[in-house]
Amino acid sequence: MDHQSLLVIEAGKTERHYWMDLWRCRELFYFLAWRDILVRYKQTVIGLVWALIRPLLTMVVFVFVFSKLVKLSSEGVPYPILVFAALLPWQFFSNAFSEAGNSLISNASMISKVYFPRLVVPTSAVIVSFVDFLISGIILIGLMLWYGFAPDWRIFTLPLFTMVAFAAAMGAGLWTAALNVKYRDFRYIIPFVVQFGLYVSPVGFSSAIVPEQWRLLYSLNPMVGVIDGFRWAILGGNTQLYWPGFFLSLFLVILILTTGIYYFRKTEKTFADVI
Amino acid sequence: MSLAIVVENLSKKYIIGHQKRERYTALRDVLTNGAKQVAHKLIHPFAASDSCLPYEEFWALKGINFDVKQGDRVGIIGRNGAGKSTLLKILSRITEPTTGKVSIKGRVASLLEVGTGFHPELTGRENIFLNGAILGMSRADIKKNFDEIVAFAEVEKFLDTPVKRYSSGMYVRLAFAVAAHLEPEILIVDEVLAVGDAQFQKKCLGKMQDVSTQGRTILFVSHNMGVINALCNKGILLQMGQVAACGTVASILARYMQRSTIGGGGHQFVNNKACKSGSKANVLEACVLGSKGEPSSSIFVDQHYFIQLVWRLHVRVPFLRVGIEIIDSTGVVVLSSMDTDTTDLHGKPREPGIFHETVKISSFLLMPGNYTVKVFAGIPGIERVMEIDDLLEFEVVDNHSHLSHVVGARRPGYVATPLQWEVQFEHAE
Repeated sequence: MDHQSLLVIEAGKTERHYWMDLWRCRELFYFLAWRDILVRYKQTVIGLVWALIRPLLTMVVFVFVFSKLVKLSSEGVPYPILVFAALLPWQFFSNAFSEAGNSLISNASMISKVYFPRLVVPTSAVIVSFVDFLISGIILIGLMLWYGFAPDWRIFTLPLFTMVAFAAAMGAGLWTAALNVKYRDFRYIIPFVVQFGLYVSPVGFSSAIVPEQWRLLYSLNPMVGVIDGFRWAILGGNTQLYWPGFFLSLFLVILILTTGIYYFRKTEKTFADVI
Repeated sequence: MSLAIVVENLSKKYIIGHQKRERYTALRDVLTNGAKQVAHKLIHPFAASDSCLPYEEFWALKGINFDVKQGDRVGIIGRNGAGKSTLLKILSRITEPTTGKVSIKGRVASLLEVGTGFHPELTGRENIFLNGAILGMSRADIKKNFDEIVAFAEVEKFLDTPVKRYSSGMYVRLAFAVAAHLEPEILIVDEVLAVGDAQFQKKCLGKMQDVSTQGRTILFVSHNMGVINALCNKGILLQMGQVAACGTVASILARYMQRSTIGGGGHQFVNNKACKSGSKANVLEACVLGSKGEPSSSIFVDQHYFIQLVWRLHVRVPFLRVGIEIIDSTGVVVLSSMDTDTTDLHGKPREPGIFHETVKISSFLLMPGNYTVKVFAGIPGIERVMEIDDLLEFEVVDNHSHLSHVVGARRPGYVATPLQWEVQFEHAE
């Protein structure tokens, strides 16, 4: 125990010890995520299986609509794998985004009564979704075994794309979480963004069907880059990644994340007063 | 001894909106207000833009200065809205000050609410870990103290039951137990002990005393003056966001008593209304007076006090007597007394006129607590000519007399008189 640790509280000068505090609170990340996971599956009969059923059923519907009804090409890979490789990052993003966006409001009592770096709260929410993401990954492995589909070396780049997805969810989540404290309107914007995003992101279809001249514009949706990256890493073979579009998406993700952290940090001090 | 906390020129400003009732802003309002202003500008281009601000500044704290030595146990007292909670919130870093500076030396744990972060769906065991982590304990600390926490909370049997099935008493016990096993150098406690049953409160206070004897610094807010008196050695009196006084706990309590008599409470009664026609008598004035004859609503248990009554009799009434009943907060009439008890008025008729009466209530008579006074006049068994419930209110305050050997736990009973004991002792073989 550091007996001589001197803490100075002054208006607008919390910056200095903030990141140190965040490190000190690292166990809190774990406990909050653990609480949310535990609570979610309490009193459910099949518990964690829910994390498998939801993406599985979504995938089945997408495959039926886009492969059987619309008859889109699958670029030589089984259509379920094509869909699931995109569904994985999309579900991670949409869950993480909505959970993080509402996280401050749902932990309001804690925020007004205890001090800890507030970044812990939305980050834990993203971590919870990340656990779901890992669980859903089992389905992908199952599908690959079922169709006898072997990925190539590119699968090892998957963690990189996962990090991009994490950053996208985090950035968007921080923005909405901070705005949600002050303007409750964002509570209604979140489900809209999630639903809207599902249609404008290449989840049920490959982004290769987007006409060439529109691809860069299409990549203004940061999730396009993330999803294409996932497909590129998982499907391997002759899947092409549209690099200009990917870097545009990557740039936007980094922009959203940094501004998100900045805005969150800027408004954080007033959370306890307005929440 | 070095200083643990130094507060310099601390202020906190809140902006209060007059227009909206919601606690939070809706984007809709921001947009519509903005549009209104633009429209206003278009219609009256030369009008002052911010002529009617819907906001008002409110200084919850203004220019606070004090310091706390290491090992001090400081009681912070003040009326509601004096800024106590805001001060604790700034010290525990929940909210930022507007101006000023606080320097704190040592690890701080603050307990502004019991059971922060408890989740009803989780079991007792899970909540201990969660709550501990939220309050700033490491997992190793919690594991180390786990058995002690469970024993303190007396919930061994229900460790694996979701806390939503706990009784409220169990819930509070568990929550306090976790907090009580924090091992900070500085402990900040808001009025959290107002919950739970008397026995548990006693246990909590005992625990806090233990903590204080280990040389830790405690900041404590409570409305229970007896507890403050017993637990703290220093006091800070806040008033309207400013430090009104700062010093030993006894001096601060005395000061608070004085303050609370100004413009406060129902210890004074003045009848401004004309009396009802047909009534034979009415009270003109009534007042509780402290031992020096000053109006007061709070009386220390070891001091005597007076109840003064001025009343008018309109007609001649034989065999009349006037009395008071002192009623405690549970509605029990603890004492009744009449002016014929110790005067020579007994059995005599009274002529119309104004009566000034004072009754002295001796020290160590009523137990600490809140009391109301009822006044009545009548002929016993025949007629009540006047009867007023809750005419006066006052509080008897425990100032660490013989009554509080056990901290904070009120002794049972209605009478506070110290009795003579004789004790003989023989050595047993």
